Amino acid sequence: MSGAQGGPTLTRQVFEYTPGTRPELDHDDPLHGELLKLNMGPQHPATHGVLRLAVTLDGEQIVDVDPDVGFLHRGKEKSCESLGWHKFFPHTDRLDYVQPLMNNIGYALALEKLGGIEVPPRAKVVRVLLMELSRIMAHLIYIGTLGIDLGAVTIFFYSFRQREELYRIVDAYTGHRMNNTYVRIGGVYADVDDKVAAMIEKFLADFPAALDEIDAMLTRNRIWYDRNRGIGIISKEDAVAMSLTGPTLRGSGVNWDLRRAQPYSGYEEYDFDVPVGSVGDCYDRYLVRMTEMREAAKIAKQALDKLKSVKGDVLIEDRRYVLPPKDLVHSSMEELIFQFKVVTDMRLPRGEAYHGIESSKGELGFFVASDGTSKPLRCHIRAPGLMNIQALPMLAKGRLFSDMVSLIGSMDFVMGEVDR
Amino acid sequence: MTSNETRETSAPADSAPAAPRWAAALSGLEYKQLVGADGMATLEVAREQLHALLAALKRAGFAQCTLVSAVDHYPKAPRFALTHQLLSLEHNERIRVRCWLREGDEHAPSCADLWPGANWSERECFDMFGIRFDAHPDLRRLLLPQGYDHHPLRKEFPHAGIEPDRLYRQWDKQRRAGWNAEEGATR
Repeated sequence: MSGAQGGPTLTRQVFEYTPGTRPELDHDDPLHGELLKLNMGPQHPATHGVLRLAVTLDGEQIVDVDPDVGFLHRGKEKSCESLGWHKFFPHTDRLDYVQPLMNNIGYALALEKLGGIEVPPRAKVVRVLLMELSRIMAHLIYIGTLGIDLGAVTIFFYSFRQREELYRIVDAYTGHRMNNTYVRIGGVYADVDDKVAAMIEKFLADFPAALDEIDAMLTRNRIWYDRNRGIGIISKEDAVAMSLTGPTLRGSGVNWDLRRAQPYSGYEEYDFDVPVGSVGDCYDRYLVRMTEMREAAKIAKQALDKLKSVKGDVLIEDRRYVLPPKDLVHSSMEELIFQFKVVTDMRLPRGEAYHGIESSKGELGFFVASDGTSKPLRCHIRAPGLMNIQALPMLAKGRLFSDMVSLIGSMDFVMGEVDR
Repeated sequence: MTSNETRETSAPADSAPAAPRWAAALSGLEYKQLVGADGMATLEVAREQLHALLAALKRAGFAQCTLVSAVDHYPKAPRFALTHQLLSLEHNERIRVRCWLREGDEHAPSCADLWPGANWSERECFDMFGIRFDAHPDLRRLLLPQGYDHHPLRKEFPHAGIEPDRLYRQWDKQRRAGWNAEEGATR
């Protein structure tokens, strides 16, 4: 009060504090207090399904994340062993349920590799068309849900309007909006007719402009930029070592695309670019996926043009693997027997085969093993989303808790595929 | 040639056009080179040399571990075919490594120290087959609950499950006990 007059002087103690050095002060420190264990999920809108994250927080900062997966485990691999090769097709739809046709094709390609089955040229073109439309479908979900998570609800409606168009196309083509099961061993169930082709043509003509709209709202948006830039940086080496594939790997600057490196279904005949990021943060992954959608539309357009020149069947005529046409089943006894045999007793040659496709999330691989009987020995599904979740703790450590939402969104996984 | 894999052929040493790129890196290791039904090079190795072989393959450029899984060949013996599949981005090449494990002795060295991405694949393999990975940093179940007693991808496990809804019945019993107590209180 009156130090100059010889009274008591006020002293102020300044704490030079390093966390952990003086445990008795931990409670008093405003920035580094007790660690808080927080359960995020399994019923959390930002976890895109049923993912539980046990997050350890120090204030706002993430100290540790322990992802807990398996809430949607339905034993798909076991189901394949008990159902048989043919009857497992509908189950592949339910893996990554935002792109069922892509999963169908991945599974069919693995079985065809094991059986040494050659697919007709027109079926390959149809498959490429379906895969690229599926890729657009899946990436639109990514943009829409990430938008909601980061507070840009508008984006959800813009992206889902486009997705709805795709649903209509798929509905007109397969008869279902979701869970199509339209791919078979040796091709696809039915051809793309003129009506569907016209619908796809119209969609592809309108889509770039619609994507430009989303692009204009997000890419140079200050809030979007700040919530994504510099968050979750993965180096090239880490991305490869952590088994990341697809847009997550390419966002880190690794030029690796299975459509280019190990072409399947005739991808080597199409002209497209593979976008590659430079920094490896959430923003790069966003840019990669946006560009991928444009490229996918480009490939789909080429496939649509190809359909005009490549004629022929879309399904092989091998009764060991392919169901006979339904009208023949009703009128011919032999065809009825074939139908019965394919469903209950389809056999593939003995051996092991692996086929990986470039799905929207990364390398979707099917590792199939057969002992020559009608019971599959093993069908392992290599899910890219599982590896993406595995990388979450590495990315989240030391970041703020609000970045967790950006990270979950940018790693882009679907729990149906992760938990199988 | 084991009876398990008749479609696979040993690559004959004399007629092979050129030694594979990675063959030099594996000198001094004992392995058998086969070709899978999909044409992928497959190396069969004993468990004692598995880790050394995987480490050598990593040095030879296989930078990514695509999957770690197993195939249950019950009732044949040895029973489990532990399968690692590796990918070299640099050389655009895949390779499969198989290690046979006997029933009652299902453990193998972990390769999570070579590829951090193999961590969860090994956890899943342990979860589904009960194959233990030695020196694994965090060998817990991945997809099934921690208290679960079975390994469902083993062939003896029935598709319908062994103990249907044990946890559900336990929970239901407790819930009903609570209701009964409440009813008694209100009466």
